[in-house]
Amino acid sequence: METKEFLKQMVEETGVSGYECKVAQLVRQTFQDVCDDVRTDVLGNVIGLRKGEGEGPRPKIMLAGHMDEIGLMVTKIDDRGFLRFTQVGGVDQRTLVSQEVIVHGKEDLFGLIGLKPPHLMGAEDRSKAIAMRDLVIDLGLPVERVRELVSVGDMVTINRSFIELGKETVSCKAMDDRAAVAVIYECLKELTKLRHTADVYAVATVQEEVGLKGATVSAYGIAPDIGIALDVCHGAMPGVPEQDTAPMGKGPNLAFGANIHPKVFEQMVKVAKEYNIPYSTDPTPAGTGTDLWAMQVTRSGIPTALISLPSRYMHTSVETVNLNDVKMSGRLLAMFIASIDAAFVEGLLCY
Amino acid sequence: MLLKKLSEAFGPSGFEHEVREVLKEELKDHVKEWKYDALGNLIAVKQAETGPKVMLAAHMDECGLMISSIDSAGLLHFHKVGGLDDRVLVSKPVLIGKKRVPGVIGAKAIHLQRPEERTQVIAHRSLFIDIGATSKEEAQSMVSVGDYVVFATTFGEFGEGMVKGKSFDDRAGCTVLAEVLKEEYSMPVFGAFTVQEEIGLRGAGVAAYAVEPDLAIVLEGTTCSDVPDAEAQMYCTNIGNGPAITIMDASVITNKKMVAELIRLAEENNIPYQFKRSITGGSDAGRINQTKSGIPVVVVSVPCRYIHSPVSAMKISDLEYTTQLVKLFLRSIEGGFRV
Repeated sequence: METKEFLKQMVEETGVSGYECKVAQLVRQTFQDVCDDVRTDVLGNVIGLRKGEGEGPRPKIMLAGHMDEIGLMVTKIDDRGFLRFTQVGGVDQRTLVSQEVIVHGKEDLFGLIGLKPPHLMGAEDRSKAIAMRDLVIDLGLPVERVRELVSVGDMVTINRSFIELGKETVSCKAMDDRAAVAVIYECLKELTKLRHTADVYAVATVQEEVGLKGATVSAYGIAPDIGIALDVCHGAMPGVPEQDTAPMGKGPNLAFGANIHPKVFEQMVKVAKEYNIPYSTDPTPAGTGTDLWAMQVTRSGIPTALISLPSRYMHTSVETVNLNDVKMSGRLLAMFIASIDAAFVEGLLCY
Repeated sequence: MLLKKLSEAFGPSGFEHEVREVLKEELKDHVKEWKYDALGNLIAVKQAETGPKVMLAAHMDECGLMISSIDSAGLLHFHKVGGLDDRVLVSKPVLIGKKRVPGVIGAKAIHLQRPEERTQVIAHRSLFIDIGATSKEEAQSMVSVGDYVVFATTFGEFGEGMVKGKSFDDRAGCTVLAEVLKEEYSMPVFGAFTVQEEIGLRGAGVAAYAVEPDLAIVLEGTTCSDVPDAEAQMYCTNIGNGPAITIMDASVITNKKMVAELIRLAEENNIPYQFKRSITGGSDAGRINQTKSGIPVVVVSVPCRYIHSPVSAMKISDLEYTTQLVKLFLRSIEGGFRV
């Protein structure tokens, strides 16, 4: 499948943290074409294995990109059938006003989050953001039907179609972090044309947005020699300091600092230079806020690296990424994997 | 479906072209004579020898945005067209200009916000539209300063008998008017699809001046605030309770005899109706009422939740009852009406 098409299908599919089964099914099916084996673990992580060449023991490389998305959860059905809700993951309440949503009840139900009409707002009201507790979902159904179809605890996602902007930019909800799952897929496709000795464990992780839960257990299960997380970082835009961002369309962003093994980072940079893949770097003194934070301290410790895709408007429902960045990140990842042998892995323990 | 076509048509105030085309196409078998004026009002003329001259008015324009500048990064800054609350703009897809170039209005990621920012309104002046361009030159090859912008909202059905879409204010009124014009009447009927209502009731006055009707009916999609945290006495209108009749709003006091006749007809024909129960907000009726030596008016509205935002909602039965009531009113005054 074209990587863009896979990305489109993924971001339009639903999968709030802890409820990833629909998007997981899509990832499982798609990974099957480029992996020797695909399995799902107890928490729902989808793990594709693409075996390396030669006799074992072969180096094990784990790739992690999370497929869960931030969302909302129903907390109350009021006496007229309007729904109150809370957030799953870090939702900016200001992005919710005037949104179309899908309530995942007994069936998928269309709903609206409306704005209170102006004649009901005082001047003070109008100058403040509307708090999530003051917003409701309108299903346009009588209360009896709502009670039949919806339960407290049901998940809610923003109703959003994939949008193509200009030549290379795409936008939707859940680009964080399904764009990274697309990078993994791009890498796996690239690997079908390359020789590699490492066994590659391609993991679409669950529950990253609520505390890196999926990566924690999948890294334990796989016990890789090298763990690489794929995530999004903040794309450059007005109103945000340059030091907090990476340029869009200028290739993958490579983080370095305590959460990243220096030799893996160096190797990544070496490969990028060798194959003329543009990249930017991100000095990160402590946590990267990604699955990598969990992976690094799994079992007796794992050498790690982070490849990020610059993305604007993270955690809104119009997150953007650049398709060329996806392609270049996938290529860098594949070339890096092809460059790894047992001797390199052994060297990672030599300080 | 006409309502879908009208709702999805591109028509911020001053740029109503697409809406005009949809209406002319829809009514080509029913309206023989069209009048246009300098502002762009589209007036269907159904001449007749006897009876009072009636003008019905519904506005074609919608709230939207206009590109004000393109910056060096290829991002677009914008003005608002009409009364849009800044808070509805964030995290929405939009369409720009005649070519409908897609864009998105994003916002700084929550991770980068200071805690106090999260309770502040993001002013539209600090928002921008991203069309995927990476330079000013690239953006200029896709859009121009002055291009109008609408929300990329599609029309759809949901819930029980409900529809959602953009600009039901006032494409709901345009739909009612188009349906009314599909019938023939024995008196002169002028159907005015007006422009520029949202920026100050600009079109209706000049249309009424030219038509000079004996009486006028304004058709609107109006505020409906029957939502939680609003007290029942503040609902203004209720979804599903039928057409809303205005007695007074910020722009007009409507004609009592016309109101009484509407009520009589609704009750006689078992059509549910309600009064619009807030006096804030103006309508084209204000301008029409003050034209020349004065014109008696009424306003009949379809209740719409969440107007002046990217997506509004209404009940199809309310639209149908409104159409029915307006047609009955016209029939009842064919032989003459003393205001």
